Amino acid sequence: MPRFASEKDLESYRRTLLASRAPDRRAVAVCAGTGCKAFGSARLLPVFESELEKASLKGSIELRATGCHGFCERGPLVLIFPAGRLYTKVKPEDVPEIVREDLAGGRVVERLLYRDPVSGKSYEKEEDIPFYKHQQRLVLKNNGLLDPASLDDYLALGGYRALAKAFALGPEKVLDEVKKSGLRGRGGAGFWTGRKWEICRAAPGRDKVVICNADEGDPGAFMDRSVIEGNPHSVLEGMLIGAFAIGANTGCVYIRQEYPLAVERLGRAVAAAREAGLLGENILGSGFSFDLKIYRGGGAFVCGEESAMIASIEGRRGVPRRRPPYPAQSGLWGRPTNINNVETWANVPWIIDRGADWYRAIGTEHSTGTKIFSLVGKVNNTGLVEVPMGISLRRIVFDIGGGIPGGKKFKAVQTGGPSGGCLPESKLDIPVEFDTLVREGAMMGSGGMIVMDESTCMVDVARYFLNFLKYESCGNCTSCRDGLYQLHRLFSDIAEGRGTEQTLALVEELAATVKATSLCALGSTAVNPVESTLKYFREEILAHVRDRRCPAKVCKALITFTITDQCNGCTLCAKRCPQQAISGAVKKLHVIDQQKCIKCGICLDVCKQDAVRVE
Amino acid sequence: MTPAAAPAVDTAKVKEILSRHPAGDAGELVNVLHDLQAEFRYLPEEALRLAAEHLKISQAQVFGVATFYEGFHLKPRGKHVCTVCMGTACHVRGAPKLLEQLERDFKVRAGGTTPDLQVTLETVNCVGACALGPLLIVDGEYHGNMNVGRLPKLVDSVLKEGKS
Amino acid sequence: MAIRIFIDEQEVKAEPGESVLAVARRAGFDIPALCYHEAVDSIGACRLCLVEVLAGSRPGISTSCNMKVEDGLRIATDSPQIRRDRASNLELLLLRAPANPVLRDLAARWGVRPRLQPPPDAGIANCILCELCVRVCAALGHNALAAVGRGEKKRVGPAFGKPSEGCVGCGACLSVCPTRCIVMKETSAARTIWGQSFDFHRCRVCGQPVITERHRAFAIARCGLPEDYYDVCESCKQSQASQRFAGVVW
Repeated sequence: MPRFASEKDLESYRRTLLASRAPDRRAVAVCAGTGCKAFGSARLLPVFESELEKASLKGSIELRATGCHGFCERGPLVLIFPAGRLYTKVKPEDVPEIVREDLAGGRVVERLLYRDPVSGKSYEKEEDIPFYKHQQRLVLKNNGLLDPASLDDYLALGGYRALAKAFALGPEKVLDEVKKSGLRGRGGAGFWTGRKWEICRAAPGRDKVVICNADEGDPGAFMDRSVIEGNPHSVLEGMLIGAFAIGANTGCVYIRQEYPLAVERLGRAVAAAREAGLLGENILGSGFSFDLKIYRGGGAFVCGEESAMIASIEGRRGVPRRRPPYPAQSGLWGRPTNINNVETWANVPWIIDRGADWYRAIGTEHSTGTKIFSLVGKVNNTGLVEVPMGISLRRIVFDIGGGIPGGKKFKAVQTGGPSGGCLPESKLDIPVEFDTLVREGAMMGSGGMIVMDESTCMVDVARYFLNFLKYESCGNCTSCRDGLYQLHRLFSDIAEGRGTEQTLALVEELAATVKATSLCALGSTAVNPVESTLKYFREEILAHVRDRRCPAKVCKALITFTITDQCNGCTLCAKRCPQQAISGAVKKLHVIDQQKCIKCGICLDVCKQDAVRVE
Repeated sequence: MTPAAAPAVDTAKVKEILSRHPAGDAGELVNVLHDLQAEFRYLPEEALRLAAEHLKISQAQVFGVATFYEGFHLKPRGKHVCTVCMGTACHVRGAPKLLEQLERDFKVRAGGTTPDLQVTLETVNCVGACALGPLLIVDGEYHGNMNVGRLPKLVDSVLKEGKS
Repeated sequence: MAIRIFIDEQEVKAEPGESVLAVARRAGFDIPALCYHEAVDSIGACRLCLVEVLAGSRPGISTSCNMKVEDGLRIATDSPQIRRDRASNLELLLLRAPANPVLRDLAARWGVRPRLQPPPDAGIANCILCELCVRVCAALGHNALAAVGRGEKKRVGPAFGKPSEGCVGCGACLSVCPTRCIVMKETSAARTIWGQSFDFHRCRVCGQPVITERHRAFAIARCGLPEDYYDVCESCKQSQASQRFAGVVW
């Protein structure tokens, strides 16, 4: 990799690259994101290599491992170029057939194509599949096209052109473009990015710092992980542009320790960028110098909060500080600091390259651009989706997500993680944008979107979030530490049939204090799941309190397992019951001893006769 | 059963690891803890005391930081580590049931290590593989779409390997 | 005094960098605060010192100990919401130290009664996890105490749960502890605190304990004091000085 001393150098190298890469050249892209890897996609690559070699295709077909492609439900994913043909759930034993039939023989391997579970229709091209068709992929666009370990790939797709443009514009104009674009923080709060940069730029002090928040602690969210793993240079380029606009020469990327692959991939990208002169002194001859360091978290959700993150980087316990002073005035080591989320940074090169007007045309007036959501839970097509702001929840869950599996009924979608809320069916048609979600009692958050069906108990969900938050509380504030402990306990009472009207009254009282008097947003937003559950699912809560009944049949203390006469006496349940609570002779009706039953649900799972009933 | 005693720490190794980080730089603490733990698979007390000395901070500060973050372990870990993801998506897809069964199978509560130091069972609040929930990570390998039915085979392979 | 703030409509002068709580108390306003001490940085742990910011950088309910004064700040020290939130936080604290006189007194003043179950204990009976002991110990240069763990599992104590090399047995931690829950025992020979026993250095005149040997060694080294500085207790020093004075006059 040469060292680029100027924009001219960079463009000349890019031209050479493109000249050697025909746009319609043949390639096989194997998704190597964490999801597909968990399904064994890493094993596909060596098989492809040897099969291509055997078929004498090694030289003419490029083989690459790419970042997360989004359709995690159907992984491992393999994309064939230039056709854009997607093969799903590919196993190592499928590879010889793909090479033989498709790559060598030009015939599509029908059985590996995506088939819509409802219509039965199969799709050849990725772009036609409903999951992808309704998306608008900017940040994730290149995830299937480039090898994250290759700076060449990033450059061939136009990488660092925006940075060169930014240098030509100058910091003030770059700031104006970002302000004009309407970009808002993608990490949760949705603060106007241009405004945030402006405040830091204006702060006194010349030792400014920019930080990339890759702590992504919201359970159910993995967008940031996939962006860093799949296209690390996009984040670096965004940070470079932002640092230039703000006047910061130092950067940090704070990655949670649960993401070792992201740490590794970003580390390699940083090394490659340094080698090419895209990080370091006098970048591209602009006179601007910038470099950054990667920090790992230690494992604490609260460190996604700006001031706690700063404390962590400073080698201290991740306890938040009161604001003001804000990080923009006094942040890391007391220096003016600007922190943005991974996805926010990754949007910046698009804005500078195509212009603010182009960006504004996507999304809605007050929520411009696209947003990546991790669509997970009780939905058919789970994975990462990138959509224009303003799209309805219904489109995301049903058109892209393919609806609820098993023919079950939609119940709620949870957005915004532990700081967000659950929205019911009646809210499916609201536009997904920052202010609307807040108005309806939820929140955009970082983009976790968890779909729930009739078998999800909302009391259980509220208790789950309270448990999560009390575990993650730093413990500084009485209101948060002890308040969440008590709220969790009260919800446990409700879930276990001990709840009364008094319990609900105490919940509302405590929730108000936790919200109003906690030092940081972990505490102050902790009651959002509780509040939205009380707002939209009050009847379900009351069923637990007044009738000691769990309509979703989840809360153990309120349900009973029995065996119906569908039982054929196969004895499987009796063998698997961990409490030896099931008795019965072979081929005779089995019975559950209610005294011993711990409601673990194993009998329900293993019974092939559908003879176990839950009430 | 008496728990296996923690092994003595190779202080030369600790010092070598510490020397990779600038002395007296308190901000390096979390990085130092990661490196020490990567070597010893947990954070021995002696290593933490030496780290305090190297970074010129109090042992109290080192201990306070090491105990704050759930990624740092101050007790020796089992030969095999089995992690159950308890993220929201996994929860909704039945993770608690998996955890309960594993607690029964390994005979240890979540967060604990078996007395013979073979297995550590723990939970984590989301590893970002949400489409695969419920998810188990066994010795770094991800096992997605788990259900109680698939557990016995997995548990056996872990426990059996432990005995060889 | 360069800054003017308004507390309950009353104009009060302050210096830049002062905490609103310190200024308010100086002006005679009674704002409760358990985790506050003017000698160390405030962390806003107990959540009792609540005030309402009516005009300032951040309007709304907030703690006053870690709020710095700003020119033109207007706050209210009492309101229905402040009373409600303070009572809730007090109830939560009371659950940790139900028999503690300090908390019971506050509870009685505001009519707070515990309605909930006590939380898991913090390892030390009556500890409200305010970290004053930790902060004061660090400020004095001993660094013998740490905040350990987080959330409901948080507690305070020496590193590794073992007697600390830094502890000198001075007892400053106990003297600032709002619930006086740190256990310190003394005999004529020694003081025991945080699992360690500290021998006393005794007055060579009357034989009373002056200071612990460890603390003496620390203070002499740290402050460059003469070796015999602690050999005579304050009381005997007074008598000696008085006799010398008498000798001079007479």
